[in-house]
Amino acid sequence: MTTSMKLLYFAWLREKAGVGEEDIQPPAGVATVAQLVDWLVARGGGYAEAFGDRKVVRVAVNQEYVSLDHPVAAGDEVAFFPPVTGG
Amino acid sequence: MIRVQKEDFDLGAELKALTAGNHAVGGLCSFVGLVRDVSGGGGAGGETVGAMTLEHYPGMTEKELSRIEAEARERWPLDATLIIHRYGRLEPGDQIVLVAAASAHREAAFEACHFLIDFLKTKAPFWKLENTPGGGQWVDARSTDAAAAARWTPSPGKAAE
Repeated sequence: MTTSMKLLYFAWLREKAGVGEEDIQPPAGVATVAQLVDWLVARGGGYAEAFGDRKVVRVAVNQEYVSLDHPVAAGDEVAFFPPVTGG
Repeated sequence: MIRVQKEDFDLGAELKALTAGNHAVGGLCSFVGLVRDVSGGGGAGGETVGAMTLEHYPGMTEKELSRIEAEARERWPLDATLIIHRYGRLEPGDQIVLVAAASAHREAAFEACHFLIDFLKTKAPFWKLENTPGGGQWVDARSTDAAAAARWTPSPGKAAE
């Protein structure tokens, strides 16, 4: 059974975080998207900059839009990106 | 039907194929989005854009476009729908997106087509990076796009979410 979580970053969030995709093993206590973001920001580097303004960060868990209080668990695919600009 | 592709598309051939053999269709409405050569709203103050790169979220993009298409078919009596969205490098004048809706009568076709592009613009996970003389610049989401999509919610007959 997997214990890791797959994180994806797109557009300027990818550029600021300095990574497009990574597998992570968050510590116990990371049970929601907001807690995951807190943990990432605490890692420092580009993460703090990428999540500097959380209001503009969109989140998808397993490819569905969710809010910051949505639960996350091992095996999830969690994506962070700016508001979309296609079309 | 939805397609996410790098290649250009032939508008005439796509529309012809969409309704081929279905003589219940009385109206087919389509919208094509093109790359502009000026950034921002297109008015004064915009920077010249040489080209742009469209990034997307493979997997979620297809899911979102399918959800948007399914929602349109739930709201209107449609015989056929089509969404094609391109990604990768695009030049000014290039086609980016095609949405089309076919129905027995024009009203459903017009409305569904408008709905498809409005929802796509606020939900489908694509991001535009414009190449300007000042360097690469991520396009900001426009509040007018959110307002355009909001006009369509809640769907008729559905409780407000």
